[in-house]
Amino acid sequence: MLDYFLITLLVLMITSAVIALETRNLLASVISMGAVGLLLSIAFILLGAPDIAITQIVVETLFLIILIRATVYRDPYHMPSRSQLLGGIAGLVAILLFAVFGILMFAEFPALGHSVLDRVADAPSVTYVAQGLSLTGAGNLVTAVLLDFRAYDTLGEATIMFCAIIGALVILRRKARKSVKEKDEESDVI
Amino acid sequence: MSSERKPDPTPGMSLIVKTVTRWLKGFLLLYGIFIVFYGHLTPGGGFAGGVILACCFVLLTLAEGQRTAMKTLSKNAASELDSLGLLLFLALGFVGLLEGAAFLKNFIPTPVAAWFNLVSGGFMPLANIAIGLKVGASLFVIFSVLAALKATEKKEDEVPK
Repeated sequence: MLDYFLITLLVLMITSAVIALETRNLLASVISMGAVGLLLSIAFILLGAPDIAITQIVVETLFLIILIRATVYRDPYHMPSRSQLLGGIAGLVAILLFAVFGILMFAEFPALGHSVLDRVADAPSVTYVAQGLSLTGAGNLVTAVLLDFRAYDTLGEATIMFCAIIGALVILRRKARKSVKEKDEESDVI
Repeated sequence: MSSERKPDPTPGMSLIVKTVTRWLKGFLLLYGIFIVFYGHLTPGGGFAGGVILACCFVLLTLAEGQRTAMKTLSKNAASELDSLGLLLFLALGFVGLLEGAAFLKNFIPTPVAAWFNLVSGGFMPLANIAIGLKVGASLFVIFSVLAALKATEKKEDEVPK
């Protein structure tokens, strides 16, 4: 079951990536890249890596906003003004969803002053705290988890950051190149 | 960035800011390097230290103007440092694989006698350096690229007048 779902996600991801490469519209390309990131974060959740999924979706959202601002910075797309009623209903639904999920989240919290670790006796975190120093020899347990126990996570985060920055560099460089060509010289710093 | 009126010979901010920056930048760099190197002993690590290192160069750019900052660390050099950091981290991972253990295995032994020394925690200080290099350089690259974009936008807006 999981395999089929993952294969579907993979196919969707590849399709989005191909669309991002092939489309002539820069905005559509950026949004397709965002779709790839979103599907990738869903895949991370299914594979049992929630912290990478959170990093992925946060970085993806941030860079999507930056890229859209960078590519369509003159706002050529005017949204037709819909009726106020629809926007109000959408806002209400959003607030309602936010409230429901917030209440659910606070109900799940342990009491103030108790750690989450108390709830799950054999969680890996218990091992990290108890034997982190003897297993890794690092005084800072956070770094021990980041670079030893969960080094794959760190590698994934660094890779996500690297890819996001390469993408931003490519999109922003074309604009700078064009204006440099128009002006011939004077701005060799860029 | 520079003022809009005339291309003055000394871009950047006022003399006060420049002087303070000149005094502070060494300490800032040192602090960032400290955070990276002592990441396995004290709070901090590659990510936090890298951000501090990037902030040092961002401060330099804001105070002295982009031209001077690019002389210190050009965008291409920062981009190469970015790639170098990630490659270094990957190489550290592959060393563990070559030793016969798993990928990203802590391949340097961690004797009890070395606990809480600077050289402890196996390959963690090295990995922290790699991550710090990567994060710092990439943040500076993003900042300088966006600053350059802003500058060209401004020039494009000024041309039709």
